[in-house]
Amino acid sequence: MSEAEGVQAELVAKFPFLASVVKIQRAKRVWVEVDQERFAEVFGFLVKGLDFSNLCTITGLDEGTDLGFIYHLARNGGLMVNVKTRCPKGESMKTVTPHFPGAGIYEREMEDLLGARIEGLPEGSRYPLPDDWPKGEHPLLKDWKAKGTGAGEEGAKNE
Amino acid sequence: MSERERIVRVPIGPQHPALKEPESFMVDLHGEKISAVALRLGYNHRGIEKGCEGRTYVQDVYLVERVCGICSHSHSTAFVQAVEEIAGLELPKRAKYIRTLIAELERIHSHLLWLGVAGHEIGFDTLLMYTWRDREQVMDLLAALTGNRVNYGLNTVGGVRRDVSPEQIPEILKVVDALEGRTKYYIELAMTEETLAQRLAGVGKLSKADAVTLGAVGPTARASGVDRDTRRDDPYAAYDELEFQVVTDDRCDVFGRAVVRLGELMQSYSMVRQLVKNLPDGPIAVKAPLKIPAGEAVSRYEAPRGEDMHYVRANGTDKPERVKIRAPTLANTQSVAKMLEDGYLADLPIVVAAIDPCFSCTDRTIALRDGTRHGARTMGWEELVTYGVGWYRARGVDCSRITVRGGPRA
Repeated sequence: MSEAEGVQAELVAKFPFLASVVKIQRAKRVWVEVDQERFAEVFGFLVKGLDFSNLCTITGLDEGTDLGFIYHLARNGGLMVNVKTRCPKGESMKTVTPHFPGAGIYEREMEDLLGARIEGLPEGSRYPLPDDWPKGEHPLLKDWKAKGTGAGEEGAKNE
Repeated sequence: MSERERIVRVPIGPQHPALKEPESFMVDLHGEKISAVALRLGYNHRGIEKGCEGRTYVQDVYLVERVCGICSHSHSTAFVQAVEEIAGLELPKRAKYIRTLIAELERIHSHLLWLGVAGHEIGFDTLLMYTWRDREQVMDLLAALTGNRVNYGLNTVGGVRRDVSPEQIPEILKVVDALEGRTKYYIELAMTEETLAQRLAGVGKLSKADAVTLGAVGPTARASGVDRDTRRDDPYAAYDELEFQVVTDDRCDVFGRAVVRLGELMQSYSMVRQLVKNLPDGPIAVKAPLKIPAGEAVSRYEAPRGEDMHYVRANGTDKPERVKIRAPTLANTQSVAKMLEDGYLADLPIVVAAIDPCFSCTDRTIALRDGTRHGARTMGWEELVTYGVGWYRARGVDCSRITVRGGPRA
């Protein structure tokens, strides 16, 4: 059994509802999709139980009515588990800073660029947009366009 | 006076002579000692991820290459690897070897550059002059191999755009031999020169536990005893066919970070020799589709500063649905606040420099081609200076005091 299959088996043994959603893409890449309600448990088990001690980053996605989140977890030896979850726009996700104090910056980035709401994030300055950036403007949302600059517009020209 | 009243808050940045790039440190000082640091980043945010969504994959290769002026090859490789994985492209071996060759040459130039910056930050400018002089050799080599000192434009989806000719191989080996000799001298210097060790040892401490929980990457993590290197752990390009050691150190301070980078230079020389010796024959690219089938992939790459990560989601068109980039410096800035705590204010520049934050590399013009294309013309250095002086003079700016390379005044 390969390392990736081992992780797949342990995840399914602990959380039987994951049986159909743990996918092995290649030797070092495992993908898991989990509902928002069960996310904290699965994430906590990967970090504490299976020793995924490295959060590479968090990717935020605009998926229509929902925001998608991919937590890229890795462990020594190079195996990466990408945990996907989603949350309706306007609702909030819990912070993962209790597990990874360094993850705050990734969560702030999703707050600024996608309008994500992260519950329990420690106080700190925003990232990466300027302090005087207009409220409610989140550039990575699919329907967001920069006014008058052409940025983000369909077929933006390289000049 | 209460303890709290003794604290003096000093803003450093976003514009400050000690910083090469804009970032802001709000430093709380108790006497000369730092008691807390608050970081504000984002001054360099250019909206590249959003820009990628509006451009084709081919255009994006050049856009992501410009994320960083120094590890430009790192970003373009990380990006094309993710796209190639989604498209299911199998690269010719020669393409993988050439990618890896440029990657290691880039690491050599980046680490030599860092060594110079580190020397400069501690007032040891002789080291800066020496290492940057040496570094010119690898910059010239990169220019000869790719056409540019940085932003090589070497990668394309499906392989590389430029081959390595048999005549270039002795040149590569010559540079590697020369730089290896110099690096051995720097290692001896680092190990025997008292002032260097005393200035750097114990400065910018980051324990192994903190390096792990704060997500440090690259030489910053390895100098705190974290044995992680994407080249070995999740091999890409030709790294699974190379023999090399992952250099780690248990000093957990700036001195350790210097030792790790010097050790990595020696490993890179060995890797370049292996790559050149075993360079396979064959094509350098496969034909890639313009439209990439729907799918997603995560690509990890060991850049000179640490792990660079790109996530790409494709939607079946010629433009990506989402590109997410996490450059190594963002991961390492989380550790900087920790390194600075309880340290002295005077150590701030070298502690910040020790994670090797990315700053842009100066370009220059070199005459590589005589041919004209689309009316473009290649200018030599002197011609460029004369042109520049004339351009400004026509707009009322007098540059007559500038001399051209010690020659007559323009």
